[in-house]
Amino acid sequence: MCSLLRGEEMCLAQLFLQSGSAYDCISELGELGLVEFRDLNPSVTTFQRKHVNEIKKCEEMERILGYLLREVKKADISLPERDVNPVAPLPKHIMSIMEQLQRLEVELGEVTRNKDKLQRNLLELTEYTHMLRITRTFVQRSVEREPLQAQYEEFPFLEKDTMLEYSSMQRLGAKLGFISGLIQRTKIQAFERMLWRVCKGYTILSYAEVEEYLEDPDTGEPSKRVVFLISYWGDQIGQKVKKICDCYHCHLYPYPSSNEERNDVVEGLRTRIQDLHTVLHRTEDYLKQVLMKASESVYTWVIQVKKMKAIYYILNLCSLDVTNKCLIAEVWCPVDDIPTLQRALEEGSRKSGSTVPSFVNRIPTNDAPPTLIRTNKFTSGFQNIVDAYGVGNYREVNPAPFTIITFPFLFAVMFGDLGHGAIMALFALWMVLYENNRKLKNTRNEIWNTFFEGRYIILMMGLFSIYTGLIYNDCFSKSLNIFGSGWSVKAMFTEGVWKIADIRGNRFLTLDPNVTGVFTGPYPLGIDPIWNLASNRLTFLNSYKMKMSVILGIIHMSFGVILSTYNHLHFKKKYNLYLVFLPELLFLLCLFGYLAFMIIYKWLVFTAKDSRLAPSILIHFINMFLMQGDGMQPLYPGQTGLQVFLVVIAVLSVPVLLLGKPVYLYWLHNGSNRIGMYRFDFGDEFLHQAIHTIEYCLGCVSNTASYLRLWALSLAHAQLSEVLWAMVMRVGLRMDTTLGVLFLVPVFCLFAVLTVSILLVMEGLSAFLHALRLHWVEFQNKFYSGTGVKLCPFSFSLLPSSFEHDGLL
Amino acid sequence: MAEMGFVIAMSVMTLFWGIIGGVVPWFIPKGPNRGVIVTMLVLTAVCCYLFWLIAILAQLNPLFGPSLSTDVIWYLNYHWA
Repeated sequence: MCSLLRGEEMCLAQLFLQSGSAYDCISELGELGLVEFRDLNPSVTTFQRKHVNEIKKCEEMERILGYLLREVKKADISLPERDVNPVAPLPKHIMSIMEQLQRLEVELGEVTRNKDKLQRNLLELTEYTHMLRITRTFVQRSVEREPLQAQYEEFPFLEKDTMLEYSSMQRLGAKLGFISGLIQRTKIQAFERMLWRVCKGYTILSYAEVEEYLEDPDTGEPSKRVVFLISYWGDQIGQKVKKICDCYHCHLYPYPSSNEERNDVVEGLRTRIQDLHTVLHRTEDYLKQVLMKASESVYTWVIQVKKMKAIYYILNLCSLDVTNKCLIAEVWCPVDDIPTLQRALEEGSRKSGSTVPSFVNRIPTNDAPPTLIRTNKFTSGFQNIVDAYGVGNYREVNPAPFTIITFPFLFAVMFGDLGHGAIMALFALWMVLYENNRKLKNTRNEIWNTFFEGRYIILMMGLFSIYTGLIYNDCFSKSLNIFGSGWSVKAMFTEGVWKIADIRGNRFLTLDPNVTGVFTGPYPLGIDPIWNLASNRLTFLNSYKMKMSVILGIIHMSFGVILSTYNHLHFKKKYNLYLVFLPELLFLLCLFGYLAFMIIYKWLVFTAKDSRLAPSILIHFINMFLMQGDGMQPLYPGQTGLQVFLVVIAVLSVPVLLLGKPVYLYWLHNGSNRIGMYRFDFGDEFLHQAIHTIEYCLGCVSNTASYLRLWALSLAHAQLSEVLWAMVMRVGLRMDTTLGVLFLVPVFCLFAVLTVSILLVMEGLSAFLHALRLHWVEFQNKFYSGTGVKLCPFSFSLLPSSFEHDGLL
Repeated sequence: MAEMGFVIAMSVMTLFWGIIGGVVPWFIPKGPNRGVIVTMLVLTAVCCYLFWLIAILAQLNPLFGPSLSTDVIWYLNYHWA
């Protein structure tokens, strides 16, 4: 408990590591995760450190491992899920791992390159086949018809006037050439236009689309391609056409001059494609085999390389001593763990077979040590929310053990609903019971991880909400009547105050507690259920909740002020008790403690009989400050005198708070001639105390009002809940039986969805945030400074892996 | 009669939370978590008792009564004691 309340006692220690066994000792320390190493060579750059070559080798191995993991992921091989924790390999094993990795890299690279080449080849052959198939239809059409004029109709985009006749060209003796190939569909229009402009009718273009999608070899994406056939006259035209084809990235294939040749080529292609398919399959199988073999040990290698790199990094932080045979390291270590540290060093020395043992030596220091607070899986959530505001100073009181209860409690005051609390508690209970389920623990979803980490917090919040829901008597906006209401309607009739005619005449009637028998006593557990049926419900509830918020706030803040005494006593500053704590407490209690007293007094003393004379607490409170109040009825005899006394004490405590500590310290340091361990600066000290006084006094007023958010949020939650019931569920319940049963099912679904999303998630997050704010600001600024540093122990399990970050592992 | 109900409720709750906050902590076995568990029990008892106490004190002497619609009055007249 001492640890959670205050933090561990830390010390600075020097480790003397023999050069031979340094690596093993640090490996042992890394497995334990006890200590934080300090950098003894801060002026040295990264590239000048001693072990920079080894770190470079480790990074090279990590590069190869990253490549391996990417290939494994691309081939969709799943890594074996194992909880392996191999120890860091010795320096002499580095070379063997490095060799294995390099061999794997080379092999994988070769196989992948071969596969790519084969695939490219296959693609070309497929395109050639398509081209041959489709151009067959072009030529067939033209051969079937009779030549001459009719031919021109087959080529749709030609204009007759500028086109020379086929027959006339033949007479001229120009050679007819063909160029065929494939082009992307998106480019065909531009291609055609370009051809027309350049060659002006000396070419004929015909094209047709390929039905299937072909893979683009460069990008790997399927795209639509178009087979085209260009027939041209003349060599120069041929050159121009070829240049245009290059420009548009067409894949050109030789056009067969006769049908027989075409058939031969098609046959040949078919066999070649089949062969290629077989070879490609074999290559892919081989690749998969290699990757599977690699995947078995890649996980081990990743961890080993990570540990090795970490050890060399730590070795870089150490310094050599004068004899150059021994490494010195400075660590922050908890005092209780020094024996464990010594044992770890002995173990490391033993493993490396060194004759001279390494040892640890504690040294005194003036630096502020980092804070270490040991938590278990339950308390770590609450410690995290305290640390999110600020890590505590060394050995300062830690608000976390109190936050375990007060945070869920204040949340529940704002959330207070039995039904919603029960749902929240069940959800958290499910998460807690299945917390060892691997799938739940290791998802990458950030939002789910946040909820899962806080499962104990949510469980406490749910349980407290059930209790406050019971007291507020609010369960999905309906009240429970367990003990029988304290208000009796019958009595109004039997006493003759109401008659039957009154009911017919009026819409609303108010019960009068002055009439005998109407009010039989307060409901024993919470708010009376009759208020749920009343139209002036909020008048009563608002007054109750506001006063409750103020009382809870004052108690919470007083608790915070009292906690500061722990700090004063621990840091041996007893004068703080009289000069800081006492004035603070008096200021708070004389003013706001008295307000709480007045609230409770009014509740106890003023009955329905005096309801006309019941005073307003607020007016009395304001009058107290103005020192007036002669015109008003006193709450109790001697009220004016007491109030004046309290105000005087509160006002007097302000200058004591402002001046007491600086003046006392000044007197202390002037009385003795020694300066002490630090220079005492009166101006500095006075400024600090002045700021603290102003913050505290103004803060008291504003923080008390800030606690009214407890009322505001619980009102909002209750109203939302009621609206959801009245507008959604009641509509479904009011329909008559035949249609109503069917209608009720979707209505209930809507009700459930809205309840979970609006009331549980949105209101839950809102109440969580406000409860957090109340803790961080109103409670913690009474005693907590939160400017410390957390201990970051050197531990292999805490080191992040860059592969996990990239989603490869 | 009314007083009786109030006294019973008061003593039952005080006793219940008093046992949780004052008696059970002595029976928690010694271990590393003893301090945290004792703190939790005491704080729970204090918070819950205080919350219940404020609720019952606020209703002890009501200065005004609930204002009900006539339908509700008709129903309550016959169904509630």
